[in-house]
Amino acid sequence: MTRFVAGRLLLFVGGLAVASVLIFATLRLLPGDVAQAIAGTTGSPGQVAALRQQLGLDRPVVVQYLDWAGGLLRLDLGESLVTGTPVVDEVLDKLAVTLPLAGLSLVFGLLIGIPLGVTSALRRGRASGVVLGTGAQLLAAVPVVWAGMLLIGVFAVTLRLLPTQGFPADGWSDPGRALRSLVLPALTIGIVEGAVLLRFTRSAALGALDQDYVRTAAANGMTRSRALVRHGLPNVLLSVVSILGLQVAGLVVSAVIVEQLFTLPGLGRMLVTDVGRRDLTKVQGELMTLTTLVLAIGLVIDVVHRRLDPRLREDDR
Amino acid sequence: MSLVIDDLTVTIGDRRVVDGVSLHVPDGARVGMIGESGSGKSLTTLAVLGLLPDGARATGSIRLDGRELLGASERELAGLRGRVVGTVFQDPGTTLDPVVTVGRQIAEPLRLHTRIGRRDARARAVAAAAEVGLPEPESVVDLYPHQLSGGQRQRVGIAMALINRPGLVLADEPTTALDVTTQAEVLALFQRLVDERRTSLLFVTHDLAVLSRITDHAAVLSHGRVVESGPVEQLLHRPEHEVTRGLVEATRATTWRAS
Amino acid sequence: MRRGAFVRDLLGRPQGAFGVGWLAVVVACAVVSRFWTPLDPFDTDPYSAWLTPSPAHPFGTDSVGRDIFSYVFAATGTTVVVAVASGVVATVVGVGLAALGSLTARWVRESVAVLIDVLVAFPTLLIAMALAAAFGGSLTVVVVAVGIGYGVSIARVSRSEIRRVARTDYVLAARANGLGTGAVLRRHLLPNVAPVFVVQLSLSMATSVLAEAGLSFLGYGAPADTASWGRLLSDLQKFIGIHPGSVVWPGLAITLTVLALNLLGDAVRDASDPRLRSGRAGRGAAAGPTGRPTGPTGPVTPAAPSRPVAPEVVS
Repeated sequence: MTRFVAGRLLLFVGGLAVASVLIFATLRLLPGDVAQAIAGTTGSPGQVAALRQQLGLDRPVVVQYLDWAGGLLRLDLGESLVTGTPVVDEVLDKLAVTLPLAGLSLVFGLLIGIPLGVTSALRRGRASGVVLGTGAQLLAAVPVVWAGMLLIGVFAVTLRLLPTQGFPADGWSDPGRALRSLVLPALTIGIVEGAVLLRFTRSAALGALDQDYVRTAAANGMTRSRALVRHGLPNVLLSVVSILGLQVAGLVVSAVIVEQLFTLPGLGRMLVTDVGRRDLTKVQGELMTLTTLVLAIGLVIDVVHRRLDPRLREDDR
Repeated sequence: MSLVIDDLTVTIGDRRVVDGVSLHVPDGARVGMIGESGSGKSLTTLAVLGLLPDGARATGSIRLDGRELLGASERELAGLRGRVVGTVFQDPGTTLDPVVTVGRQIAEPLRLHTRIGRRDARARAVAAAAEVGLPEPESVVDLYPHQLSGGQRQRVGIAMALINRPGLVLADEPTTALDVTTQAEVLALFQRLVDERRTSLLFVTHDLAVLSRITDHAAVLSHGRVVESGPVEQLLHRPEHEVTRGLVEATRATTWRAS
Repeated sequence: MRRGAFVRDLLGRPQGAFGVGWLAVVVACAVVSRFWTPLDPFDTDPYSAWLTPSPAHPFGTDSVGRDIFSYVFAATGTTVVVAVASGVVATVVGVGLAALGSLTARWVRESVAVLIDVLVAFPTLLIAMALAAAFGGSLTVVVVAVGIGYGVSIARVSRSEIRRVARTDYVLAARANGLGTGAVLRRHLLPNVAPVFVVQLSLSMATSVLAEAGLSFLGYGAPADTASWGRLLSDLQKFIGIHPGSVVWPGLAITLTVLALNLLGDAVRDASDPRLRSGRAGRGAAAGPTGRPTGPTGPVTPAAPSRPVAPEVVS
């Protein structure tokens, strides 16, 4: 087990390294000059040059990268090119919204996808099963942005149950209010991700229906449905865990869009704004944070999956 | 425990996969069902258990000690399975749940049908593992199926089927998926256990040599129908139907060329 | 596999028929819209804002009086271009990486394998945002981001399929019989990798439509002078409180197109699997990912490499 974790950690670190190089390289491809862009048309050449030196942009690219990467290791993401404030502080601040959003979305997605997926497999030939299956296909094709708009239209506008957008200015000091602001956004992501999970769970469950060991359990004295739940389900859940890592990337991406739609002060929305302002340092830091998040969750899920599946543990004996 | 299968017909879609099969396993007897793949033997055993695949319909009568099984509720049948009727299936590679320890699977019929506690169940599982000849029973019960060999897994299957001392054992090609040496060992084990407990046995196979070792009476199936039946001696030495003759020929072809 | 039979099988399945049908409609609209639209999609008329659907304006008008139907109609062009272009980029990247990962020296193969595994986890949208930060938002950014993101996915899937087939008994037998590498490639590898590849390609095109919609909504996709379903959603978003119904049309268009691409991918996979064609209807065709148990002690894991379930829903 430790060997696997060590190897997986290596992959994780390697991924971070590759990501940092790619992010840095991409942003340095910017046509034009950052210092010029900040100084605007009013800056004199002297001022622009001074600004460039101040920002460290006149050093060789490799040095700039190593400087930044070194900062990453110290959890120092630099300062905003526009406001000068430390990036790390703002990132942490926004994570207080984005992380709960992602977590809640995942919960919704699992609650929707897994039970309905199993049900649609059990009702395979019947109308309800077919409806669930096709419904899932349809929902999985819906753009998150549209799903959000429709939900807003229904819940916020027509029914006036939940806020259409925004997040309490005082953050989490009133958890109830804060949570209410996250429900609709999380539900938006949860429904679409849930549809994808539903399709996967359904086909895993269909596979489980045929497994011989479910028949053995029935032959031991369980009713067929109980055998399916008791022996088929754990195996189905195990395979769901295996794809959860992939789905997380999708969650993060959807969060960026949903934060924009619902005007939530999260990391994704800040990223969108900063890209527009060409605040490279912040964008670098934000991209790095999001990527680290995705890779880290993937790592955790891989390790958990390995721990849960006895067949994979075997090699560690 | 006696089993009477009377004019059993199983249809899947519009195909009759079992066509008017009648079979009698008297109390304490050892009866075989033999035939090629697709002859309907496995489906007959599944029909007894009420575990036919979705979409299959069965008519006729299946009586266990006089009690009608066909048409009984799922709950009734589940109550009989694993307690009064034990089943050993064919492929040890797929019949065991890969994420549950072997010991817990052996004990499963016990825990389903009796009020036994976890520790006692484990003790009984260890005893059962020893009975079927598994090495180091105390530690074997904590292993997972993939850590055992095919022959060992099949022994687990046998332990599981017999743990509640059922009156009837159904064996659906229990040795087919094993290599020849293991086959002989497992067969011997099977014979011994069935002898000791005097259970009734319905043994399905496609191998006449195996059939002759384990059973006294047998029915020959082809395309869902019983084409010939009688004492195994008779089937071996005085086969009447061409299918039976074909089976005998096949056996002779694979044994030593005797002088 | 005879092409005529394949196409007939494909169209015979409801997924295939719907997929091909709807996509044909979209492509037709895209082509026609280059030359003609019912009304000018960018023609604003403040006095005609928020008209309800009528023969003159089948989908009504938006906040500045633009005819929504004409706009949606014109936007098909953007969608088709983005989908096809991403497909091309993804294919080039995918095939290139797969080739590098299979046909070269050991150390190159190993490094490419690691690189692919690492890159696969990167969300496409983040790639797009990075590019947008550097180059400003545009459709090219969308195409390149999706192309790279899915190219890597295609490479991984193709590579694992190539490796699987290369080890099969029938390839071994073929080579023992003297079949050269080129012929082995053509006769055994390609037919096996092709369906897997096509499914990934359709997924990548579906994702590109979602990505374009999402990025255009964020303002980093289609520019203001290009009709795009995503942009329309963004424009209509501000008014969702008053006119919640207006967003139905662009959203529906996106959903149907993505659905069509997904279903087409499913149908192609099912139609090219000889096991499914031999009359065993039902389960295999109806489910999404293949639910076939993988072997004796096989876990209940659908064959993951051949059908990841839309790795990320970029939207």
